[in-house]
Amino acid sequence: MKDFSALYRELDSSTSNLVKQAALQNYLRRAAPADAAWAVFFLAGGKPRQLVPNKLLKALTQEVAGLPEWLFVESYEAVGDLAETIALLLPEPSARQELSLAEWLSVHLLPLRGLPEEQLRKRLVAQWQTIAAADRLVYFKLITGSLRVGVSRLQVTQALAAVSGIDAKRMAQRMMGYTQIGSQPAAADFLAVISPEDAQEKNQQLAGQPYPFFLAHPFNQPSAHFDELLGSPADWLVEWKWDGIRAQLVKRGGQSWIWSRGEELVSEQFPELVQAGLSLPDGTVLDGEIVVWRDGRVQPFNELQKRLGRKTLSSRILREQPVVLLVYDLLEEDGEDLRRQPQYMRRARLEVLLEKHAPEPSGLPLHLSPAVQGSTWQELAILREAARSQGTEGFMLKQRNAAYGVGRTKDVGRWWKWKIDAMSVDAVLIYAQRGHGRRASLYSDYTFAVWSEPPENPDRVLVPFAKAYSGLTDAEMAQVDSIIRKTTRESFGPVRSVEPTLLFELGFEGISRSSRHKSGIAVRFPRMLRWRQDKPVTEADTLQTLTALLPDGA
Amino acid sequence: MTSPLIVSRPEGLYCPEGEFFIDPWRPVDRAVITHAHSDHARRGNAHYLAHSDSADLLRIRLGADISLQTLDYGEAIEHNGVRISLHPAGHVLGSAQVRLERKGNVWVASGDYKLADDGTCRPFEPVRCDTFITESTFGLPVYRWPQQTDLFADINNWWQRNAALGRASILFCYAFGKAQRILRGVDSSIGPIVCHGAVEPLNVVYRATGVPLPETFRVTDDAMNKSALSKALVLAPPSAAGTPWLRRFGDYSDAFASGWMQLRGARRRRGVDRGFVMSDHADWPALHYAIGSTQAGQVFVTHGSIAVMVRYLREQGLDAQAFATEYGGEEEADPASTETSLPPDGQDSNPTMDTALSSGKDADAAKERHTSDAPGISGFSPASSAAPFVRPLED
Repeated sequence: MKDFSALYRELDSSTSNLVKQAALQNYLRRAAPADAAWAVFFLAGGKPRQLVPNKLLKALTQEVAGLPEWLFVESYEAVGDLAETIALLLPEPSARQELSLAEWLSVHLLPLRGLPEEQLRKRLVAQWQTIAAADRLVYFKLITGSLRVGVSRLQVTQALAAVSGIDAKRMAQRMMGYTQIGSQPAAADFLAVISPEDAQEKNQQLAGQPYPFFLAHPFNQPSAHFDELLGSPADWLVEWKWDGIRAQLVKRGGQSWIWSRGEELVSEQFPELVQAGLSLPDGTVLDGEIVVWRDGRVQPFNELQKRLGRKTLSSRILREQPVVLLVYDLLEEDGEDLRRQPQYMRRARLEVLLEKHAPEPSGLPLHLSPAVQGSTWQELAILREAARSQGTEGFMLKQRNAAYGVGRTKDVGRWWKWKIDAMSVDAVLIYAQRGHGRRASLYSDYTFAVWSEPPENPDRVLVPFAKAYSGLTDAEMAQVDSIIRKTTRESFGPVRSVEPTLLFELGFEGISRSSRHKSGIAVRFPRMLRWRQDKPVTEADTLQTLTALLPDGA
Repeated sequence: MTSPLIVSRPEGLYCPEGEFFIDPWRPVDRAVITHAHSDHARRGNAHYLAHSDSADLLRIRLGADISLQTLDYGEAIEHNGVRISLHPAGHVLGSAQVRLERKGNVWVASGDYKLADDGTCRPFEPVRCDTFITESTFGLPVYRWPQQTDLFADINNWWQRNAALGRASILFCYAFGKAQRILRGVDSSIGPIVCHGAVEPLNVVYRATGVPLPETFRVTDDAMNKSALSKALVLAPPSAAGTPWLRRFGDYSDAFASGWMQLRGARRRRGVDRGFVMSDHADWPALHYAIGSTQAGQVFVTHGSIAVMVRYLREQGLDAQAFATEYGGEEEADPASTETSLPPDGQDSNPTMDTALSSGKDADAAKERHTSDAPGISGFSPASSAAPFVRPLED
């Protein structure tokens, strides 16, 4: 644990990728395989299932540190991170026991899950008496299940590739599923990850495993420069950019699996897609977007959200929020990895495959994501204007001759997302809450409102409709933070209501009606585009302006 | 119920019986100054009373011609029937708690204080009183300072490692107090120590007071060639971050020394390689130890986590109240600091002071200037008819 804790501190204290990479490789080379197995799991974003309810951790900390609940809450607000707060509040340990990371997990931490409260309390208090103060932060990060330390999965993959001498893309593929929730990586798993490649691996895919997703980059150039930057549109495959969940459907050995981009197996959430996958031949992998599809068109993302995070799906949800996979790529056919094939070839084979195994009359929820035709970029730019009414975010541009890459790599081909400009309104900041991590103690999370009525109505009020956290520079945020402290009206727990003095241009990607929000409206990806210091809050937009942006109009 | 010896006025903390202020933030006739940080010692007061070790610093900062009377620790004077004495606060050189006594009623205004003995100033001494006025900069239980030996071991290790890699170790710290504390504590055998122009004049004042500090260099000194700089520890005020001054050092690792570095979020916002948890203020246990040691039944809480401290002290059975002041940052104006807004952990990087101190006139020169015309005790001529700060008492 000491070594892993030191690695954590080193990664946490550096902003240099080189330093982080060196620290990771150094650790992976020296650590016992059983420890490295867990280190890779956590650093690559893996989380164990909740080991101890947060509520119990908080209550127990208060008892052990001898603090009233309110003082714990004040401390937590100032620190902005539960694991760190607890690590800072506990008294010095009375004894010392040095165990490895794997021992901590297998002997002490994993067995905690599901224990009755009395036993949990006893074991936790005993552990807290032996863990060195310097190792506490990592210990509580493991318990609370969020290690986030400024290392990406890609960096971990690169470090593993470097220590094992395996190609990084192959490593990314080996890492698929490694961080699946609930998995308990052992020494053998780590050794398998870094083992030399054999002939078999080159041809064979593990059952059910998806490929690393190829990700797109934003393209924000004016369309007038497209010819110069991208060449002719004839070299590009143009598709709608759907606002759903990126997913791969894997069909092998008579079974099918649905994987989301976070490498999460989401088969249980989308049984109709698993079912549809069964009608595909073995050795098929499709790449596409899961969306809710009703009345012959895609539905807003918040419809899809109703299906996420549910353990069991009622028949009502399945009926009211039916999904389809809008398929746009074919990564494997007849067990053959097609990722090196050019985009246009994969597309052609995909069209044939779907026509044969999921033709439209079959009613299967596997739809080909249509290609958009346009002979000039200007023509396409005009077509793109219709994106919003199509329920999409713009276009995807894919190089016709390019292979399918790994993650955000750009070496074998490019995918660009050419999104439509965000919708925006001027909104007033009315509530603020302190942030976490880098923004701990700063008021950085805001709730925004628009006026209920036009200015001529003297009884109008501010109606909250969106929360936003991003878009300000650090300097702006420090200024806003200081204004919030000076203009606070009331505090309710961690939330402050403030005098309406701060006006922001708020951008968002989508808008839909919502019965869950007071304003009756929900917006997607809201963020601050600009601090409008040039305008008084009385000139903020109204609910009418927002309503007019709805796809069905006012 | 005796009438309060100190009340909060728009100009600052005020003693109505004695007709003087303590660390006022607006100009007044008579000001008792706890220490020479810029948020506690401000310009424009007609008469100043402070500890003798603060005299040089105050004259540099506020002008050689200020009307200043000084006291040693424990020495007392009587003013309008109020007995005034100063007692060590352990915060920085010359820092003092102000003890007021009238008709057996004792109040202590402690200014800023810390309990650890850092070897650069007289350590804090608890003063028994009826009413204690305490700061609360780090008034949350998450603030518990590491042992000084561990802290300096960390700093030395960081410096040594950097020196081995051939890169300078730039440690940002407040120029007055923190820098000298670091000088006193580090292992100066590791390499040369370079001080920024805002820091060096204060070293001179400390040395003149008899505080032993290791040899320090200016970056322009001939001895500071490239190879010397690559092994150097460099002390610079936070305002030097991001300035061209740093270019001279080539490759370097940077760090920040402050109590706020206790929190990971604050460390990450600061954007330096390392954060060393070192404060000139009391941590949570020390605040409560200090308050308890005074045996005061009544406590007024100023600058910092006022609400938290007041509530906690009340739950401990004390009569605790808040005093609004303009020292440091207001409540919670803590680690939100950027380059433009510094946290209240030592306020000496006031640009006026930095400029005054770094303009080439070092403290010795300033001392020369003021000693010739320094007003003696008789120089005090209070504007009001009340008796001046003039009558030393035999203690």
